[in-house]
Amino acid sequence: MKPYEEVLKSFSFDISKEELGIKDGDVFNIGEICTDRICRMGKGSKLALIWEGFTGEEKKYTFDDMRQLTNSIAKFLRDDLGIKPGERVCLFMDKVPELYFGFLGVLKMGAIVQPLFSAFGPESLQTRLEDATTSAIFTQKKHLPKVRNILKDLPELKHIIVVDDDGSKPLKEKEIAFHMDKAERVDKFAIYPSKAETPSVLHYTSGTTGKPKGAQHVHNSIISQYITAKYVLDLHDDDIYWCTADPGWVTGTSYGIIGAWSNGATQCVLDAGFKAETWYKFIEKNKISVWYSAPTAIRALMKEGTEAVKKFDLSCLRHLASVGEPLNAEAVIWSQEAFGKMFHDTFWQTETGCIVVSNYPGMKIKPGSMGKPFPGITATVVDLKTFVPIEKKGIVGMIALEPGWPSMIRTYWNNETTYKSKFQNGWYLCGDRASIDEEGYFWFVGRDDDVINTGGHLVGPFEIESALLEHPKVAESAVVGKPDPINMEVVKAFITLKPGIEPDKMLELEIMNFVRKKLSALAMPQEIEFVDSLPKTRSGKIMRRVLRAKEWGEEIGDISTLENDM
Amino acid sequence: MAEITKDVILEYVKNEYLEEGDDRKVDFDTPLISGGIVDSFSMVSLKVFLETKYNIQIPDAKASPEAFDSVNNIIALLGEFGVK
Repeated sequence: MKPYEEVLKSFSFDISKEELGIKDGDVFNIGEICTDRICRMGKGSKLALIWEGFTGEEKKYTFDDMRQLTNSIAKFLRDDLGIKPGERVCLFMDKVPELYFGFLGVLKMGAIVQPLFSAFGPESLQTRLEDATTSAIFTQKKHLPKVRNILKDLPELKHIIVVDDDGSKPLKEKEIAFHMDKAERVDKFAIYPSKAETPSVLHYTSGTTGKPKGAQHVHNSIISQYITAKYVLDLHDDDIYWCTADPGWVTGTSYGIIGAWSNGATQCVLDAGFKAETWYKFIEKNKISVWYSAPTAIRALMKEGTEAVKKFDLSCLRHLASVGEPLNAEAVIWSQEAFGKMFHDTFWQTETGCIVVSNYPGMKIKPGSMGKPFPGITATVVDLKTFVPIEKKGIVGMIALEPGWPSMIRTYWNNETTYKSKFQNGWYLCGDRASIDEEGYFWFVGRDDDVINTGGHLVGPFEIESALLEHPKVAESAVVGKPDPINMEVVKAFITLKPGIEPDKMLELEIMNFVRKKLSALAMPQEIEFVDSLPKTRSGKIMRRVLRAKEWGEEIGDISTLENDM
Repeated sequence: MAEITKDVILEYVKNEYLEEGDDRKVDFDTPLISGGIVDSFSMVSLKVFLETKYNIQIPDAKASPEAFDSVNNIIALLGEFGVK
């Protein structure tokens, strides 16, 4: 691996295109590049996926297995269900092999793949399927009731594909069983002739106001995802790679599918909840060499101590990287002590599609820093009002990127206005604040809006507040992020109750479970504070920032428009 | 001190955390956290349930994924607070 400064001088995304064999105007498809192309390179018999379920069950697939099975899925969608290119096909599953191969299968037949986190409740699911007017959804038996509950409100949803139906209960209208492992293997499939700007992936992300937005990517994204996986995650041909992210979120697809397999890496997936011992055992057993995880997980491992690490032989680990929210200095230092390697923090977001700032391999790590811009990406911090780059070092501004890198989103689905509002003075604004030091390292400060980053997932306060208002005892609510040692932030709700309702612990639990079942566990307030009134402007708008400042022990700032004291 | 009924906790977990139609067998030893039945975010609601039901306060340091990983582990944890 060449040093960062050297790569910086000569880098262009054309290097990635050349390595992938893509020329301007060419037909190319992410699904083909990750499967057929790897087989053509003579790696068909190499393991592509080593999967383990929570019961310990294991499945292994070679690149040739994956090539054929993704063809089977593509053929099933196109020929059996009549799905047309450009239609939206949702993946609503746990981290099972069908999720990973389904992603590539959908792309191979030209549809747009819409992965959604399987822990979403019916309301979160409905919002996103409604917005995308999704035609088909892949799911598992266990999630089928959530789909059935909302089906009547989704007239565009024509097919519900159940990947693990065992015939024990009859399927209902629009439902069809598809067993990937038993499906006829398709050796040859006419892959959809997508081009650079053909829509590929639709990832939903939360904002401060309004409903979640569908960040729309195109097949060209692979140009960035391939090369950043190779350079920043330092993936080599003989690596065994583990990306712990769920493909319901962008890390799980950009680097848990596209980046890894376009590089021909063998990838491990563990479909089980978090437990330090299980994770370490998984690394040891599979001899994982490159590990891409999240600060929340790292801090949870840290809580278990270095003694838990020493019980296992983890000498297989060669490179560690992290993404989701800023990785605190203590966690970086701890990883050196525990694993003999530092976690390399990386920064990017759903909209960027690829890593844009990182602690590049071989570069001096400053614990707690986000690192430096990836070669080929022009990043800076701009003034919060004028959007002009801040020249002076150490001054906080908003992280901004020069548009034009290959995996930048092309729009928000049905929401071009919001998409356009992300650009100011010729810069794409990330919505995060940071400063840059004398050596060019970026230092994260916080979000520039009310979006809550909990465990690396962005949660919009508006969606939670709307759900809370549906609870029969809630009069008003305001939702903010509260500092948390493991998850960086957790959701906290301030609630006023309807007249005659008295707060108690049972009601707190009732409201928590209400939100969890409606939206998701991520959105469930981890803490509820019942208050007599909420701070509002004279025009009646709830001032979340006053509540947030209180939680973070920060200055409240200008409260001249505040109508009442809390 | 309130009396623990293992069955009460087991029933609560089944009713609250299994999706309707999820026919997985859950018993006193079934891994709840590592088995993906209760995720780390939902653990807080389970903690609030136990605190409310048995009128105790479980410090965050004690509310580890390990301590909540099965009904039997939860029973052991509650035992530390004098709930038998």
